[in-house]
Amino acid sequence: MADFLQQVVSGLASGGIYGSLALALVLIHRATGVINFAQGEMATFSTYILWTLTANHGWPYWPAFAVTLLVSFAGGIGIHELVIRPVERGSVLRIVIVTIGLLLLINGAMTWIWTGEVRYVQGPFPTRTIDVGGVAVSLQDIGTIAVSIGTVGLLWLFFQFTKVGLAMRAAAVNPAEARLVGVRVTWMLGLGWGLAAVLGAVSGMLTAPSAILDPTMMQVVLIYAFAAAVLGGIDSPVGAVVGGLLIGVGLNLLGAYVDFIGSALQLPAALAIILIVLMVRPAGIFGRREVKKI
Amino acid sequence: MRTRRSTLRALGLFAALAAVVVVLPHFVSDFRAQQFAYVGIYLTALIGLNVLTGYTGQISLGHGAFMAVGGYTTAILMADHGVKDVWTIPIAAAVAGVAGLLFGLPAGRLSGLYLALATFAIAVATPTVIKRFDGLTGGGSGINLFGKPELTASLTPVESFGLKLSFNNWLYALSWTVALIAYVLAWLLLRGRTGRAFRAVRDSETAAVSSGVNLALYKTLAFGVSAAFAGAAGALFAIATTFVNPDTFPVSLSIFLLVGVVVGGLGSLAGLIAGAVFIQFMPLWAQSVSSSPGAPTVVYGVILILVMFVLPGGFAGLLGRLESLTRRGYDRSRGS
Amino acid sequence: MSALLELKGVEARYGAVQALRGVTLEVPEGSIVAVLGANGAGKTTALRAVSGTVRRTGEIFFAGKPLRGGPESVARAGIAHVPEGRGTFTDLSVQENLKLGAYTRRDRGLGSDIARMAEYFPWISERGDQRAGTLSGGEQQMLALARALMGRPRLLMLDEPSLGLAPMIVREIFRIVRELNEKNGLTVLVVEQDARIALDVAASAYVLEVGQVVVSGPSSELRENEAVRRSYLGY
Repeated sequence: MADFLQQVVSGLASGGIYGSLALALVLIHRATGVINFAQGEMATFSTYILWTLTANHGWPYWPAFAVTLLVSFAGGIGIHELVIRPVERGSVLRIVIVTIGLLLLINGAMTWIWTGEVRYVQGPFPTRTIDVGGVAVSLQDIGTIAVSIGTVGLLWLFFQFTKVGLAMRAAAVNPAEARLVGVRVTWMLGLGWGLAAVLGAVSGMLTAPSAILDPTMMQVVLIYAFAAAVLGGIDSPVGAVVGGLLIGVGLNLLGAYVDFIGSALQLPAALAIILIVLMVRPAGIFGRREVKKI
Repeated sequence: MRTRRSTLRALGLFAALAAVVVVLPHFVSDFRAQQFAYVGIYLTALIGLNVLTGYTGQISLGHGAFMAVGGYTTAILMADHGVKDVWTIPIAAAVAGVAGLLFGLPAGRLSGLYLALATFAIAVATPTVIKRFDGLTGGGSGINLFGKPELTASLTPVESFGLKLSFNNWLYALSWTVALIAYVLAWLLLRGRTGRAFRAVRDSETAAVSSGVNLALYKTLAFGVSAAFAGAAGALFAIATTFVNPDTFPVSLSIFLLVGVVVGGLGSLAGLIAGAVFIQFMPLWAQSVSSSPGAPTVVYGVILILVMFVLPGGFAGLLGRLESLTRRGYDRSRGS
Repeated sequence: MSALLELKGVEARYGAVQALRGVTLEVPEGSIVAVLGANGAGKTTALRAVSGTVRRTGEIFFAGKPLRGGPESVARAGIAHVPEGRGTFTDLSVQENLKLGAYTRRDRGLGSDIARMAEYFPWISERGDQRAGTLSGGEQQMLALARALMGRPRLLMLDEPSLGLAPMIVREIFRIVRELNEKNGLTVLVVEQDARIALDVAASAYVLEVGQVVVSGPSSELRENEAVRRSYLGY
């Protein structure tokens, strides 16, 4: 039983990471119908920035974390302005191919700047465990859950209670009507990319301590985030977070208790989840939008 | 409507191209011949991808996985069952084709974006799956084919049809023969009812359904066919590199295949060749510009983005535009 | 009274279809002007041309200055456009819809304005948190009107407010519009298929056919006009 709870807790921690990245995907998809294939690489890049600040320049962790978020925010807006806007009016597939180009560009840039050498990022949380009712819970897991849920929570507050947040919500679903009340929809889209980049950065920085930092770090996480977003509903922010937690805990338990899957087949299991959801209930758990069925 | 004139023109161009392909090895170094052999391999894969993406409009970011199926089939057949390399190719194509059909059954119901997502997940998952079933695949260390007797030419040159061919020249001949067969097969498939059905799927799913096209069937078929071609290419790849391991077919391969199709442009043979040339030679060119690791990938990304900005139809789109310009001039000069 | 809004020779097309062929009209400040015509006559396009939702050529002047740019800047200039279909933010609550109406305002008077809206539409204060998409057609139209007013516009443009609504509700909406015009001097440009009610409320009107103005003048005159009576008033 204790073992089970431990798996659940660490599954929740992974889930927080997947959920954050999934939320980034959902933010952009809701507003533009585009799946940003480069979201994982952007997150890895942000993590490299954190590494550069802490390992290379000796900054303390949390200031470096904050600065990385700011830089990522600006980067997200910049990417939208330079790379996405020119093709925004085209077909969705065209924009998606651009995000794939972005994936390659950022991936190559990371190898160029930092080489493929693996780096290690020290996390802000101590690696020891504490005893909670007989269960050994890792402090790092708790910290990860706290930061990811905290970030998502702050974002929720922003969307619900600020004028700009309201405008972004309006622009995402009814861009034409939003323009009529004076909302600059294009700016809102840029903001969306900025916030998505921030979420990705959080996801990456939380992944790094227990993984190794190299240009491929977030590739697998991206797939799990896809699965979470699809499971939760590709246009539902709530769904992204819930989906992330479900995928995190679910895959962890599957890996621990189903021998065939073990830790090696978790990725194909996620792929299977994606396929099954898309075939059986494409709108996901919380999704409402109808999908054309032929 | 293809007029007789345009069909003759196409045949003429094709013959000219075939002539170039045949005599090329005489004029280039052995090493270059190997590079051009790879162009043939990529061309085969792109012909398959073109059937899927160009005709049915489905986007695949996972065709490297089907190449892996073909490559590993070849390697296993050669290493464990003593099958001669050339004969493994059709088998590899068949196995990959079945894999494609199996995947196409559920995946055919996915719309463009979600399909891209699902195929991307396959590409990322493939190395993991290969490592997991290491009893069959040799896991992380892969399967080595170098020096094996099943390999027609590795250290010693091949005697074939009275010609003495080095390994690279033989590889070149093999890969372009396969590419030619692939092209003809694809052409035969696409000119008939199947091709029309494919195009109907691409242009409008709802219209296709209302005109009686069994959507699921044709989408699945397209997947199977394109996977088979990719499998053949994968088999050639294994023969060319003389080994396979999980890193032989990384995610980037799948993405580069799509890049090749996008940059080269869909639909025409010229575009596909351009795409294959691009995949093979661009990294080398990028490396000559900057020796840093990662430079080729950056260039891939930049070019892909620029092509989407400027020339969504790829190289073939540019050709098409030039062609229509010259055709207009031609017609005008004839006073029509 | 000077013209708050002037269109001069405005043309607009949708692809190959010419929707407006040189429309010239004037909306005097503080008055209600109606644009009438059959389906496809170009009425909606005329409003879209003003709000910048569709590309157009020709000149448009607002408060004497040339009006340019897309919907965002037109909204900032003080023109509220209630489009066909009401433009309700269906996923957002009634309150949020109203707040969005005031998006371009920087002052803090929103709370009192929402209270004022509740005077016109009492149900607004009771159902502030309800999802706007679950409102009835009539309620959505009223919400759209309230939302437009939240922006304290100088010009209110209404596109077919009567569409799909019961006559009683339509009368109520026009009653409110007339009240706003008489009490607050709100200038209104209303596009309507229901010529009768439009001419009751508007001081003057323009009739569009195939993208051109064919008849215009004070409502009293148009009501007596034979052609207008036969085509649009039914008698």
